[in-house]
Amino acid sequence: MQLPEATFHILMAVADEDRHGYGIIQDVLTSTGGKLKLSAGTLYRSIQRMLEQGLLVETRDRPEDDDERRRYYRITPLGREVAKAEAQRLQQLVRLARRSGFAAGRA
Amino acid sequence: MYRALLHLYPKSFRNEYEGEMCAIFSQRKRDAAGPFGFIALWVETFFDVLFNAARVHFDILRQDLGYFGRTLRQSPGYALTVVGIAGLGIGATTAAYSITDHVLLRPLPFPDADRLATVWEKEPHYSRMELSPANYRDWKARSRSFEALGAYTDLYVNLVGEGEPQRIFGSVVTAEALPLVGVKPLIGRWFTEEEDRHGAAGTVILSYPLWQTRFGGSSSVLGKKILLDGEPCTVIGVMPAGFAFPRRQHEIWVAMRAFGNYGGGFEDQDRTNTYLIGVGKLRRGVSLEQANAELQLLAAQTERQFPKELKNVSAGAWNLRDAVSPQSKTMVMALAGASLCVLLIACTNLANLLLARALSRRKELAVRRALGAGRERLVRQLLTESLLLAFLGGALGMLIAVTATPLFARLVPTNLPVAALPSADWRVLTFGALATVLTGLAFGVLPALKATAGSDLREGSRSGVGGRKERLRGALVVAEIAASVVLLVTSGLLIRAMSRIQGTDPGFRADHVLTLRTPVTGSRYEKTVTRCAFYKRVLDEARALPGVESAAYISALPMVWRGGIFSVTVNRRQPADPSSQRALMRFVSPDFFKTLSIPLHLGRDVAESDVLTSPLVAVVSESFAKQYWPDENPLGKRFNFAFEDMMVIGVVGNVRVRGLEQSSEPQVYLPYRQVKDGWFVGYIPQDLAIRTSQGDPLQLAPAMRRIVASAEPQLPVTSVRLLTDIVANETASRRAQLVVLGGFAGIAFLLAAIGIHGLLAYAVSQRTQEIGVRMALGATRANILQLIAGDAFLLAILGILAGAAVAYGAGVALRSLLAGLSPNDADAFSAGILLSLVMTVAGSLLPAMRAVRVDPATALRAE
Repeated sequence: MQLPEATFHILMAVADEDRHGYGIIQDVLTSTGGKLKLSAGTLYRSIQRMLEQGLLVETRDRPEDDDERRRYYRITPLGREVAKAEAQRLQQLVRLARRSGFAAGRA
Repeated sequence: MYRALLHLYPKSFRNEYEGEMCAIFSQRKRDAAGPFGFIALWVETFFDVLFNAARVHFDILRQDLGYFGRTLRQSPGYALTVVGIAGLGIGATTAAYSITDHVLLRPLPFPDADRLATVWEKEPHYSRMELSPANYRDWKARSRSFEALGAYTDLYVNLVGEGEPQRIFGSVVTAEALPLVGVKPLIGRWFTEEEDRHGAAGTVILSYPLWQTRFGGSSSVLGKKILLDGEPCTVIGVMPAGFAFPRRQHEIWVAMRAFGNYGGGFEDQDRTNTYLIGVGKLRRGVSLEQANAELQLLAAQTERQFPKELKNVSAGAWNLRDAVSPQSKTMVMALAGASLCVLLIACTNLANLLLARALSRRKELAVRRALGAGRERLVRQLLTESLLLAFLGGALGMLIAVTATPLFARLVPTNLPVAALPSADWRVLTFGALATVLTGLAFGVLPALKATAGSDLREGSRSGVGGRKERLRGALVVAEIAASVVLLVTSGLLIRAMSRIQGTDPGFRADHVLTLRTPVTGSRYEKTVTRCAFYKRVLDEARALPGVESAAYISALPMVWRGGIFSVTVNRRQPADPSSQRALMRFVSPDFFKTLSIPLHLGRDVAESDVLTSPLVAVVSESFAKQYWPDENPLGKRFNFAFEDMMVIGVVGNVRVRGLEQSSEPQVYLPYRQVKDGWFVGYIPQDLAIRTSQGDPLQLAPAMRRIVASAEPQLPVTSVRLLTDIVANETASRRAQLVVLGGFAGIAFLLAAIGIHGLLAYAVSQRTQEIGVRMALGATRANILQLIAGDAFLLAILGILAGAAVAYGAGVALRSLLAGLSPNDADAFSAGILLSLVMTVAGSLLPAMRAVRVDPATALRAE
């Protein structure tokens, strides 16, 4: 099963710390070097589905000084598993690509 | 503004994320550099919202579809019931709509159909009388309201050549008539003005069906000469399939002034010889009222010119669409109303079903609510479910509508220029879709709101007696019973009316009589002597056939032709009101009264010895004798009729010539050998009646065809049928209406019974514990029965009262169809009410039995 791109990026953004929506957008933007700019619509549609699927949870813990209305999301163990599985799938794909000479590096 | 855009999202989604998304948007706005970046941001955001909102909606739909699929798997019976009921309701309504639309609403299938009008003369007692050619000519020349004005009249002719001789119904038309209607011939062309001239060679345009059946659909038919009543006519065109002007049965159109006597008749100065129907196209911007005002003015001018002939004769124009009689209008409206009743019953029934189901799902819904699903989200899910069921029902309904529509064909009047049956086109489809959506909402909204109201988990988990909800469901059942009472009672009224009409004595005995028509028209049969030789030969040979008791000819059989009326004068006294002294005229051969078993009260029958050279004699009906010589012996009395003096030689029983529902003018029968040469074609004896002593008279038909063919090989034999069929034809459209209405009533009956059953079954299952307690405390089975059935009967009484009131109103609206029956006819009402009581009993039987069988021990243990 292939994970939607936005979902994978969101999972990676919340991998080591809880983030709010705008934080996720910023994180994805930085880590992709400005290449992927999630829109608010895509973000929250993905978040809603991920909440339903149990990849994320909303959390009440937040930094002391932060705005009360902001919602923070935390990755679940299931979310971690799914992200790992996706990473593995991509790894395999890259390995195959190397073997056929499409990508640089050792097979 | 962004917030407004977010309304494209479902409410549940908006509630969750609106704040966040707005925050991000304002952040972006701050980041946006310059006006260009600002615009780019808006464009991007707009499409982002559009795209993602659609995706979110789609996600929810998919989720709901998943729930729906589960529902279907878990309770297929429930889903089937809902789809079936919705299908019946939608199907009935759609079929009725397609007929109503076809007959009453849809513009006629001609370009600028709203500007097409027919033009008629008007008299104080008759609103639409044909025009005399002289008046038509004058009014056409002076009128400014019409872009084009033409005329036509019906034409029956014998078509000879190329196979069997054939009797054909069509019209003679002036050159203007077809072009102004605007439908071009499929091949060939319209008539030119030169072809529509007195003395020109005959020309004819064929209908598509006639072209196909008789000429093999080949285009080489153009230029071919065919014989119509012995006159050669050249085929110049073929109209496209479905062209139905002026009537849908018309098979040919003949250029009027070149055919038969019509050309000469057109130059006639006689203002009282009326047989043309005017057809015109109004000028753009001229209203029907303006045209009418002008025609009235023109008619007043001609009346001043010919004060004697045209006394009180006015003129008027009617929209071409306006050819539907009030009676067929009422019939069609009655069906539309009945179908709405069925849809209403179906909807209430479904609402009840869904309500019961939704209430039983309260626990599940309450749990989801507690887990954070918004009420809006749950309502949406339930509505999606009901709409999906409605769509399946709608598909079934369209199927039902398409199959059921032919049942309505008898209700489409033949004088309306439209096809016999409506085609299922986008109008009908749209209506069906609309009915489906409305049905889905109607039966879905209430249950969805009810089931999700009160999110309290505790309330949801308690299986108590829900008083308020019961009342709502009770009200729905009352509405169902009321609607079915309306249908049952009106069906009853119409059945009673029909049996009353069928019970009417037509004045003759219809059984064991074969009838057929030998149209001895055209130049070949102009002389009475020639015709009588033919009659004599056919009658003699017919009488010699085994089983034949008697045979006779008449101008036209009763109920086949309702016209043929002349005024009567007695003792040369002109009556004050000529319309009060009219009588129907028919020429008959001897034995006609014997053949139809019309009793001869006084005097003698017409005889072979009554010929043109002997004194003119007449046999009159009882009503005729009573009107002119109330206290005297009518035999030997003289009167003036149809331009001649004649003497009464016999008196026979009255016949309902105008049909079972109308009273008829008195009748005058003249001997068939006293038809003067060149008399109006319509009165020439053409209809043959043969009474047999036993067996099926239709078995004589082949022998009769042989007899006619050997006497006159060029003469077609048409309208071979039983006299009983002619009489039955009188009530055919009523029967068609009753079949449909009865079907509706049957469906209503069934659905209402299911509704009562559903309500009580649910109530019993909800009250099992209560019943158990009551029984444990000593309640007898009779008490329990009373408890359950009492509810049902209360609902039944309420529904019957409401339904009876509405049914009375419906009866009053249908008064014109009731044949004199009172709209509060006791039999129809008591039958309808009795049936609804039976329906209540049937519906409550099973639940009541289940309630009585409740075992107190088991019921209490379940607590």
